[in-house]
Amino acid sequence: MAFFLETLLGGLMAGMLYSLVALGFVLIFKASGVFNFAQGAMVLFAALAMARFAEWFPAWTGITHPVFANVAAFLIAGGVMFAVAWIVERLVLRHLVNQEGATLLMATLGIAYFLEGLGQTLFGSDIYKIDVGMPKDPIFAFESWFQGGVLLNQEDLIAAGIAAVLVALLSLFFQKTGTGRALRAVADDHQAAQSIGIPLGRIWVIVWCVAGVVALVAGMIWGSKLGVQFSLATVALRALPVVILGGLTSVPGAIIGGLIIGVGEKLSEVYLGPFVGGGIEIWFAYVLALVFLLFRPQGLFGEKIIDRV
Amino acid sequence: MIYRENGQFKTSYRADQQIFPILQDRAFIALLLAFAFLAVPALASDYLFQAVLLPFVILSLAALGVNILVGYCGQISLGSGAFMAVGAYMAYSAFVRIDGMPLVAAMLIGGSCATLVGIAFGIPSLRVKGLYLAVATLAAQFFCDWVFLRVGWFTKHSSSGTVSVAHLEVLNWRVDTPTEKYLFCLAFLAVFGLMAKNLVRSSIGREWMAIRDMDVAAAVIGIRPMYAKLSAFAVSSFIIGVAGALWGFVYLGSWEPAAFSIDRSFQLLFMVIIGGLGSVMGSFFGAAFIVVLPIALDHFLSGLGALSGMHISTALVAHVQSMVFGGLIVWFLIVEPHGLAKLWSVGKQKLRIWPFPH
Amino acid sequence: MLNCINGVYQPQEGRITFRGQTFSHMNSRQVAEMGVARTFQNLALFKGMSVLDNLMSGRNLKIRSNLLLQALRIGPAEREEIRHREAVERIIDFLEIQAWRKTPVGQLPYGLQKRVDLGRALAMEPQVLLLDEPMAGMNVEEKQDMCRFILDVNDEFGTTIVLIEHDMGVVMDISDRVVVLDYGKKIGDGAPDEVRSNPEVIKAYLGTSH
Repeated sequence: MAFFLETLLGGLMAGMLYSLVALGFVLIFKASGVFNFAQGAMVLFAALAMARFAEWFPAWTGITHPVFANVAAFLIAGGVMFAVAWIVERLVLRHLVNQEGATLLMATLGIAYFLEGLGQTLFGSDIYKIDVGMPKDPIFAFESWFQGGVLLNQEDLIAAGIAAVLVALLSLFFQKTGTGRALRAVADDHQAAQSIGIPLGRIWVIVWCVAGVVALVAGMIWGSKLGVQFSLATVALRALPVVILGGLTSVPGAIIGGLIIGVGEKLSEVYLGPFVGGGIEIWFAYVLALVFLLFRPQGLFGEKIIDRV
Repeated sequence: MIYRENGQFKTSYRADQQIFPILQDRAFIALLLAFAFLAVPALASDYLFQAVLLPFVILSLAALGVNILVGYCGQISLGSGAFMAVGAYMAYSAFVRIDGMPLVAAMLIGGSCATLVGIAFGIPSLRVKGLYLAVATLAAQFFCDWVFLRVGWFTKHSSSGTVSVAHLEVLNWRVDTPTEKYLFCLAFLAVFGLMAKNLVRSSIGREWMAIRDMDVAAAVIGIRPMYAKLSAFAVSSFIIGVAGALWGFVYLGSWEPAAFSIDRSFQLLFMVIIGGLGSVMGSFFGAAFIVVLPIALDHFLSGLGALSGMHISTALVAHVQSMVFGGLIVWFLIVEPHGLAKLWSVGKQKLRIWPFPH
Repeated sequence: MLNCINGVYQPQEGRITFRGQTFSHMNSRQVAEMGVARTFQNLALFKGMSVLDNLMSGRNLKIRSNLLLQALRIGPAEREEIRHREAVERIIDFLEIQAWRKTPVGQLPYGLQKRVDLGRALAMEPQVLLLDEPMAGMNVEEKQDMCRFILDVNDEFGTTIVLIEHDMGVVMDISDRVVVLDYGKKIGDGAPDEVRSNPEVIKAYLGTSH
């Protein structure tokens, strides 16, 4: 029982990490109707930036205090992501206004490849560490109920906390502010939003900046856990099923979807895996998403997709 | 002046509907085929075969299959690598498990198995489209990755996970030297290319394009969306499966599942986007471009490195390649969404009225 | 309502009766096979194809050769394609759009696109033709052309035409029978003159003086 609980909680924590990446997807889709295949590449790019700047900052300024270095690195990396958002809007999105979804999707695929190449050219392609001082020791919870307690990862708990805060902030942003409303209008219909005077370009820069920061936070946490390396970009590909499950337009859906996928993956690997040769983690999430697509394409919390004649 | 239709009147529908109605086009294609089948084998070096021509021919075939699904029928598919894998592994099984199985038959069996898998993973297209369909095809990709890695039957329980084939021959002709391999694959490409072109200009091709352009209207005029979409998946995965078998058997000789990973799927998609969605010729252009680009980039960068005295590592070349690919995709989508094929036809248009500007 | 007939929407209540058969909801393919064709208010043409291909797509119902025959394009498949091409060419002559056969429809002016839409429906050789506001957005000359085509279709091919239209002049001039709907309710049904003098119709559409 304790082992089951451990697996479950481990899955929940892993799911939280997926949710962080999925949040970025949902944001951009909610606000511009674009599915951003490049979110994974953005996570990698942001994480690389932060990892390297944390190294370079002390070398440049002589300030070696780790907190300073990390905060500075975070801010600089954030600035870099803002620049990326601005460039993407200027060079790509502006020219593809009102193109169909498939074109935009493929454009973000191109951006993904570009960012992966650029990130590794600028920042190098070794494995880098991000050390934000997160406690690495596990804690043993529920010691009174189970012998020896249940193993919990402190890092994951903190990640879960950060994700929860982010979600709350973003939900507030979309529901309560004028910019949030404008973003939702743009997601519905680019041309119509433009015709009532919503500054499309500026809106998109804002959204991609926010998504960039979300990517940075996700990259920081993932990178602190796994080390910053190229595989970060592909791990983000596993966040796609999360948005399918949760619904492309739902911020809470991204969280719930992430948790379900995380738990599902861990449980299936541990309990089903031995029967079929193991390694089912690579497809479990996608097949689950596939099943959902057949019966409920809009996901758990998304809006129903309507086709007009 | 040279490329004019003047005086070429068609007096029958048959003549009007042929693939190359203009005489100059027919001459050009005849020359091209002669060049490809006769001149290239005589002139090309072994390196050229291995590095450029063989990948170009096989990947053109695969890109053709992808184009049918994505370009003509408008169904986004990111699972082409998986279909290639199915074709390769099932052809392998047929070839080594059944005594006396002819090579070509084994490949066609591989293609047929890919068809079945393609239809199965095409079923979601009846419910969803766009991004959601892309996710469904990704499920196919990752699932197949796992199956060929973990389920031992496909690799005859090989301990290293790789399979290999040898002694390829067709009707007592050995397919060994680069020239023979090239001609073997080119024959497949020519036959399938012709059949694909016939399909896209017949009623099934029109059904596919109708579904792509406006599926509700297509249903109203009596097209069955299920038949159209699944037939697109079927034909497309058959071609991709055969290409996969060729890739494994003829080009690689021995392979493991990673040869058909998601990177391959993306590569094929890029070929089709850059070459031109919805164009048979575009598949060839795209394949040529993507095959030649890394080599050209490599030479360019080493030249640059030699000139400037910098050492350019292979990793850097790979990263720059990523950047160039990504940048080109975006550039093409903005500037010419119909790809190189459109540029080609615009060029021909200008040639028709040359030396006049319009 | 038209979308319900063509099987695009599923009606929540009510029945559809055609030639003595009654249905609670329709399937698009079934409707097409029964001989019902339609045009669309917003021109649902296949923008990526030429005029000829759009019209040929209307013949799809009647094409019998299978995938393999079409891939090989031998004998029967080729002959069938030519036969249908001849049928479509007759429609092209009828609609006077010969010059634009090979042009992609997206490049044609609006009036011509409407004609292609009509042609595609005609290519299905329907028994009933549903025309959804075919005159929307047209000027007087274009309307006259379209009226002429509609009347000719009725005369030459014997097709029953159901015309949805808001232009009173057109409706009263060319119709044999007029049905009037107001917010989904039927308020008039009969010969044009009868309907024209129906007080409810006058109130809803033609206007009363105050």
